[in-house]
Amino acid sequence: MASAAPTKLYADDVSLVVVLIDTNPFFWTTSEKNSSSLSFADFISHVLPFLNAIMLLNQLNQVVLIATGVNSCEYIYDSSLPHQQSADGKMPAFYSEILTKLEQFVSKDQRLAKNDSSLTMSSLLSGSLSLALCYIQKIFRAGPLHPQPRILCLQGSPDGPEQYVGIMNAIFSAQRSMIPIDSCVLGTQNSAFLQQASHITGGIYQKPAYPDGLFQYLSAVFATDLQSRSFLRLPKPPGVDFRASCFCHKKTIDMGYICSVCLSIFCKHHKKCSTCGSNFNQSQQDASSTLDHKRKTPEA
Amino acid sequence: MSGVGLELRRRNGDESGRSGKFGGREEDEEEEEENEKGLEAWERAYADERSWESLQEDEYGLLRPIDSATLHHAQYRRRAQSYSSAVRIQKGLIRYLYVVIDLSRAAAETDFRPSRRAVVAKNVEIFIREFFDQNPLSHIGLAIIKDGVAHCLTDLGGSPESHIKALLGKLECSGDASLENALDLVHGCLCQIPTYGHREVLILYSALSTCDPGDIMETIQKCKKARIRCSVIGLSAEIYICKHLCEQTGGIYSVAMDESHLKELLLEHAPPPPAIAEFAAANLIKMGFPQRESETAVSICSCHQTAKVGGVYTCPRCKARICELPTECRICGLTLVSSPHLARSYHHLFPIDPFLEVPLNNVNQKSPKACFGCQQSLLKPGSNSIIRVACSKCKQHFCLDCDIYIHESLHNCPGCESVRSSKLGNEQ
Repeated sequence: MASAAPTKLYADDVSLVVVLIDTNPFFWTTSEKNSSSLSFADFISHVLPFLNAIMLLNQLNQVVLIATGVNSCEYIYDSSLPHQQSADGKMPAFYSEILTKLEQFVSKDQRLAKNDSSLTMSSLLSGSLSLALCYIQKIFRAGPLHPQPRILCLQGSPDGPEQYVGIMNAIFSAQRSMIPIDSCVLGTQNSAFLQQASHITGGIYQKPAYPDGLFQYLSAVFATDLQSRSFLRLPKPPGVDFRASCFCHKKTIDMGYICSVCLSIFCKHHKKCSTCGSNFNQSQQDASSTLDHKRKTPEA
Repeated sequence: MSGVGLELRRRNGDESGRSGKFGGREEDEEEEEENEKGLEAWERAYADERSWESLQEDEYGLLRPIDSATLHHAQYRRRAQSYSSAVRIQKGLIRYLYVVIDLSRAAAETDFRPSRRAVVAKNVEIFIREFFDQNPLSHIGLAIIKDGVAHCLTDLGGSPESHIKALLGKLECSGDASLENALDLVHGCLCQIPTYGHREVLILYSALSTCDPGDIMETIQKCKKARIRCSVIGLSAEIYICKHLCEQTGGIYSVAMDESHLKELLLEHAPPPPAIAEFAAANLIKMGFPQRESETAVSICSCHQTAKVGGVYTCPRCKARICELPTECRICGLTLVSSPHLARSYHHLFPIDPFLEVPLNNVNQKSPKACFGCQQSLLKPGSNSIIRVACSKCKQHFCLDCDIYIHESLHNCPGCESVRSSKLGNEQ
């Protein structure tokens, strides 16, 4: 190997892992009541050793932690920044720093929720994904030598349909920059957003059957760098839900009508598009018939 | 003939990648070496031979390399301003585009290095990928002009790989170019597409003449009547007939000065053009959203008639198996797309407002110290100007690099996405 020193240091197995953790209180309180699932405290006690494990795997590995709340998103921890020593020495400095920041974040998130009457169960995943992507772009800008970035979403709360466009934009941007989005879903239902995110960006989607063993799932499936992944036999997803939801009733449909001007999705044939206002004046009950006969119909 | 004067103008500034973009060009040869990080002399694409062009004089009369990062930002800000002034325009999202490549004798000229055809092929490949990235429900077809006649290389289709493969296989050039034959061919093909589609032709024209069997003016009128938007990118010099064609049909005519300019001009055609209402009738199209089956399921796909393991989609109407999207079901003719294909176009519909520059004298102790997006510090000691921008909705501050990334790739404001949208509405 005749390469220069920095090339050697940033080999292909150095990773930058941006971990997005869901701090949604609605999800974690219901989860606590359910005996088979985790409490938030247990969850954190699984995640912290995992973060530590990533940093142990390679001296140059970098970990960034972003919290996804109900009303805000925030950077919690960045291992590349200088850190102060732990004050009491009971806990590693790294743990105590994350815990204090997390506590501050959760209480701030709660304060923001106070004057909001509408109760939403979903977390702001699109915000934390956007933050993570901006951070990774900064790493790309630093020069040709950088760790291999990836995003890991630890999500519990259900998808928020109002974030659909935002999440999709983030997914496509990640795909263009070749950043895989891994997802580990802790809730009771599969997340269609994260299934699509992992499928499109080439990440891993996993819904642990036994949330108690979260650390084992994390370390076995999500800890390996992108280079080594190709040698592993990773869990295969059970299929991806690619159905769309219609703009008129927010129903999930497998067949529908698309406005040719703005691509809005409707479950029934309308006279006028509610998004862009175009009139569908052509008397066609089934527009697909034009497709079937398109080779036969000459230009009017 | 043509291009003799252009040859001297060949520059490859943008091609040298990130290092060139942000590092700027240094006077010293050693520093120049460093700039081309890791690339050996023979690995570099045709390198910049006019290094004096990248110098500028500062206020003391000293020569300085042009600060390309600042220049890049300034360019971007100008573009952002022009975008914002052009308010909401309806865009043609479902496009049927024929790319016509001139492979006449003129395409063998070597004023673009190594030759015009090689440069065109390389850039068309980039264009096709970018086109499908931005217009996932659209179709491209390829045609070539050679020996005075035009051929269809590929039919209209939605798979970038098949087009690129066909293009790279056929790159010999000979004979004359014929604009009329090309337009006739494309006119014939585009007449068959459904009425809601936007018909477009993009011609990459190397020759300086056209060798036509009939009256080309008639053909141009025919295209105009068929609502085909014709655009031409010339590789040699401006030609009247091409300009006339574009003016008549509402297209864009441009002439490339060098390779990077050609790429720029070509990629300008990738985003959906403003739609002209009467060109394509609004219509509701019936589409199906197939589900992807488990990675372990075995099934026989209807498109290739072979057994496949995993990753197969099922048509919701007739339950036929399909292995690639978007497509038309072979059995029932339903247009099949996946919902991400539609979502890819939504950022054209819901663009984010350009960020506003925060005047430096408005920056005080209370303003955020770091960029909200990437946590880059916005206070650099010693440096006189760190420009910061702010989102007009969520009031968060961003660095310029994030601004560019957010508007050109992400299409999400991280600040607005990190706040409940109901809150944003209340504040305003």
